[in-house]
Amino acid sequence: MSGPNASYDPVQVTPLGAEQVAQMRADALEAIAAAADLDALTQVRRAHLGDRSPLALANREIGALPPQARKDAGQRVGRARGEVQSALDERQAVLEAEREARMLVEETVDVTLPSDRGPRGARHPLTTLSERIADVFVAMGWEVAEGPELDAEWLNFDALNLGPDHPARTLQDTLWVQPADAHLVLRTHTSPVQARTMLTRTPPIHVICPGRVFRADEYDATHSPVFHQVEGLVVDKGISMAHLKGTLDHFARAMFGADSTTRFRPSYFPFTEPSAEVDLACFVCGGTGASSISDTGTCRTCKGEGWIEWGGCGVVNPRVLAACGIDAETYSGFAFGMGIDRTLMFRHGIEDLRDLFEGDVRFTTAFGTGL
Amino acid sequence: MRAPLSWVREYVDLPADVSAEEVARRLTALGLKLEALEHPGAEMSGPLVVGRVLTMEPETHSNGKTVNWCTVDVSDANGTGEPQGIVCGAHNFAVGDLVVVVLPGGVLPGPHGAIEIGARKTYGHLSAGMICSARELGLGEDQAGIVVLPSDAGKPGDDAFALLHLRDDVIEMEINPDRAYALSIRGVAREVATAFDVDFRDPAERSVPTPNAAGYPVRVEDPAGCPVFVTRTVTGFDPSAPSPAWMARRVQLAGMRSISLAVDVTNYVMLELGNPIHGYDADRLSGPIVVRRARQGERLTTLDGTDRALATEDLLITDDSGPIGLAGVMGGQTTELSGDTSTVVIEAAHFDAVSIFRTARRHKLPTEGAKRWERGVDPLLPAYAADRVAELLVAHGGGRIEEGVTYVGAPPAPIEITAPADLAARVSGVPVEGGTAVDALRRVGCTVRADDDVLTVLPPAWRPDLTDPYDLVEEVVRLVGYDQVPSVLPAAPAGRGLTRDQRLRRRVGFALAGLGLVEVKSFPFVGPEDLDALGLAEDDVRRATIALANPLSTEQPALTTTLLPGLLRAAARNVGRGAADVHLFETAAVFVPSPDGAKAPILGVDWRPDQADLDKLLAAIPEQPHILSVVMTGRLQPSGWWGAGRAAMWSDAVQVVREVARVLGVDVEVSAASRAPWHPGRCAQMRIGDLVIGHAGELHPGVCARYDVPPRTCAVEVDLGALLAAAPDVVRAASFSSYPVAKEDVALLVDASLPAAAVGTTLREGAGELCESVRLFDLYTGDQVPEGKKSLAFALRFRAPDRTLTEAETGAARDAAVALAVERHGAVQRA
Repeated sequence: MSGPNASYDPVQVTPLGAEQVAQMRADALEAIAAAADLDALTQVRRAHLGDRSPLALANREIGALPPQARKDAGQRVGRARGEVQSALDERQAVLEAEREARMLVEETVDVTLPSDRGPRGARHPLTTLSERIADVFVAMGWEVAEGPELDAEWLNFDALNLGPDHPARTLQDTLWVQPADAHLVLRTHTSPVQARTMLTRTPPIHVICPGRVFRADEYDATHSPVFHQVEGLVVDKGISMAHLKGTLDHFARAMFGADSTTRFRPSYFPFTEPSAEVDLACFVCGGTGASSISDTGTCRTCKGEGWIEWGGCGVVNPRVLAACGIDAETYSGFAFGMGIDRTLMFRHGIEDLRDLFEGDVRFTTAFGTGL
Repeated sequence: MRAPLSWVREYVDLPADVSAEEVARRLTALGLKLEALEHPGAEMSGPLVVGRVLTMEPETHSNGKTVNWCTVDVSDANGTGEPQGIVCGAHNFAVGDLVVVVLPGGVLPGPHGAIEIGARKTYGHLSAGMICSARELGLGEDQAGIVVLPSDAGKPGDDAFALLHLRDDVIEMEINPDRAYALSIRGVAREVATAFDVDFRDPAERSVPTPNAAGYPVRVEDPAGCPVFVTRTVTGFDPSAPSPAWMARRVQLAGMRSISLAVDVTNYVMLELGNPIHGYDADRLSGPIVVRRARQGERLTTLDGTDRALATEDLLITDDSGPIGLAGVMGGQTTELSGDTSTVVIEAAHFDAVSIFRTARRHKLPTEGAKRWERGVDPLLPAYAADRVAELLVAHGGGRIEEGVTYVGAPPAPIEITAPADLAARVSGVPVEGGTAVDALRRVGCTVRADDDVLTVLPPAWRPDLTDPYDLVEEVVRLVGYDQVPSVLPAAPAGRGLTRDQRLRRRVGFALAGLGLVEVKSFPFVGPEDLDALGLAEDDVRRATIALANPLSTEQPALTTTLLPGLLRAAARNVGRGAADVHLFETAAVFVPSPDGAKAPILGVDWRPDQADLDKLLAAIPEQPHILSVVMTGRLQPSGWWGAGRAAMWSDAVQVVREVARVLGVDVEVSAASRAPWHPGRCAQMRIGDLVIGHAGELHPGVCARYDVPPRTCAVEVDLGALLAAAPDVVRAASFSSYPVAKEDVALLVDASLPAAAVGTTLREGAGELCESVRLFDLYTGDQVPEGKKSLAFALRFRAPDRTLTEAETGAARDAAVALAVERHGAVQRA
């Protein structure tokens, strides 16, 4: 307060002696300590630090004191007010913390309640496996080539050294469309994509061709008239079977682990010469054919053989290169092909091929969006 | 090819201790892939002996069955020399017959594992052993009961294992089309000799008499189809003579049925040498044998009893009576060898592979003979094969070989191949020395001349598959060993990664899975019933399908134009298996017939066809657009502790398309449409600008009923290719203001039929440039709204790029928006 104490009211004169101030402080601190909750503390604040509290009134009296007494009284009251204020703040913090702790306890939920409110989606494992395979080759600089499923007979057969009298063209194996003279077939392999690639690009060619293919086959646990293949094709200068082996070994390691390896067996395909079957060393039993968990003691994945038939491959037949306009004197190539469905089955222990095509959500959701 | 190892061993000096497993392993490495290894007889053990029936007394029992109580002389085989008492249920034998007896302690194969034979009480006797049938001995199906041996087969007590050749090893191999020579014991033995580097004795190497004019007369009118035709004649043959046990057994183990001596001999020689043989009953032949193509309208009843209409391309064996056989494929009934044939005319010919292939395919007769001809047979064989047949016939059936030997034609000359000497090394990557290559080719029977850097190679007659230099490479590499090929990773030039569409398709797949949809792969076949069930109109374009010439099922004879039938079937299957909430998607091609019915030409293969011809071919390929389809049924959110759940509804189907469009950065617009198979009032047409890309909404109740999916099932079918094409290649960064937003809500009364989207568009247009967004947040019909009207509540957001908007500016923009809605739609603003 400054200036003349105009509102001086002698009736309300409060003693400013040390005992009185100490008493006021003690009363205030006691009340603060006794405040049980934040509401009570608000009351205490009003009573002991509010405008009409004893300490506030005492403070107001200081101006009326003679100058020599003012300093002492001012210090005394100020200190008392400061101490009360700190005590209040402290108590305020304590009570707020208590209130928050109580609130957090009250808000506790059962986190084990089910949380899955949305449906579970999934991508088909054939899709994700195809993508994974593509990624292995794209990482080596290859490209993914695609083509139509209904394609020209010439691209599916003739251009690939499957002449008109090749057994593979018989009615039993190939799904033909009407009329016969349209010369259209549901591709029996993804090889027409290879032919298309060689007809439209110039070497070096490094492509992988995944896709859906068709055969007039039985539909049972291990056969399907509709299935999926991935084929690879390289055409460049100086390409040999050794590059084929190197590529398939790398593919095997990328898909089945660093210890994986492949084996070639002589075989026959019209579009390759020499041709080979490629076997994969069984990634479950490590090629031993034995299993400690199977009842029979033999590995279920490779049926005890130690090797799994994986696909076919070979050096591109020069006749195929010629039909596609590539000079076999300058260039050579290799090609390979394997069933994606079959790879999926042995890689993931699928017993029945039909699981892939029946659309049972329990089958597909187990794979999520990747594998 | 099934090769009994005992037969193979006749022609190879294979050490006795080499196991069948080892033989199979080495043959597989050479390209004759093991299919199955069988050890017939291995599961049987003796004593199994010859017995002579001494007595047999038929006894009829209370169960109505008559059995024979027999005593059988088995000599000392039972340890006592006393006759053995055995009960036998068969009746096809008599006292004095020689039979096969398994004594107690012997083991026979049973349907459920090995059965140990003991002495047991049955039908009131102690039956000590069993008289065996053919099936019990693994000799094939029973003919008439137990096995009755020829009277000179042996004597009581003789070991029946050796007598009946019960034990052997059979290697069954998958023979590739280029290894036709391995469809014979001769070829397999040759490979075994190569695999083990041991001596091979060629069963075809035999001296044969010089051809003469005294043989059965033959005229070949089509030497291209039949380059060689040999006949020999055996007279005085005893048609009742049985096949020797070893021959019948080998024929059976090789996978054919033992029929009669004459037939068994022809099959035996075919199996041994690889040259199919046919035998004729000379008494039923009339006039010379003439080999010619069929004439228009000719028919033939083949051995299988089928009366066949012949095509003029079919190569025939004929006599004065007309066709008597489909050359190389199947003989005719009229000249068939029978139970009274005493004079046999043996045909050993060489036929053209393609001709036989076509006839076998045309008549659907993939016979053992056709299988060999179409893959290629050694053309030098006929004279030797005929001689071997004649020899075996008289050796086991008596009679004599006539002196006449007919040999018409000449075998085609082998084709010489020239190849660079280092080709095998270059193609295989194996450092094969020139000498190694020459040696390998000689081992497979080639005649090789090496001049400088070029090999001149004459393949052996039994390898008609060797025509190109690369064929020789395969021979060299397989003999050197495919396991010698090193592993070298080739370096590809830097690639461009996935294509734009490939990347976008992955993005769409993840987005759809993220929406809770499960991907399905179905077969792309469809039939009229599937399309009827979708409720497609008669003139719906989706009814124009591409028909398959040989469909897998008559119900689905065409390529599909919609993915919905497959998805709906999958949904119904899931629901049938107890799933209530099923949300599926598929992305796949559908097949659209070319309007002009273009035909893809068959082009040449000698060199790249002309671009114009290729273009014509490519233009004839029908459109195969990539489609995205979705079927949703049941709840999108289940009810739970959080409250009530929510069923998938028409708008969720629409939203699937919007979400896909969003991940692609494409704007799609929606308008009402009426199209099967959707509910006519709940079908949204989806557009990109003016391009209709498909439809989404709730399915027609009839469709749900016909596909057996729950009512209110929703579906989407959109052109995924069109969506991908509309996706921006490069997303431009958005510019946005950092000034505060101003919000205004507007409620409008409009006609109930007015699309909300139209009102939203109008508001946006009327609100002008300051308007940042317009969002419908409430739709209301009911008590507070007049009949035929609805209330739409929109939230409008305003913002300026350069300043904070004043209330007056925002209010003016809102009023302008409302004013345009009033003017355009007769909207009334609600208080």
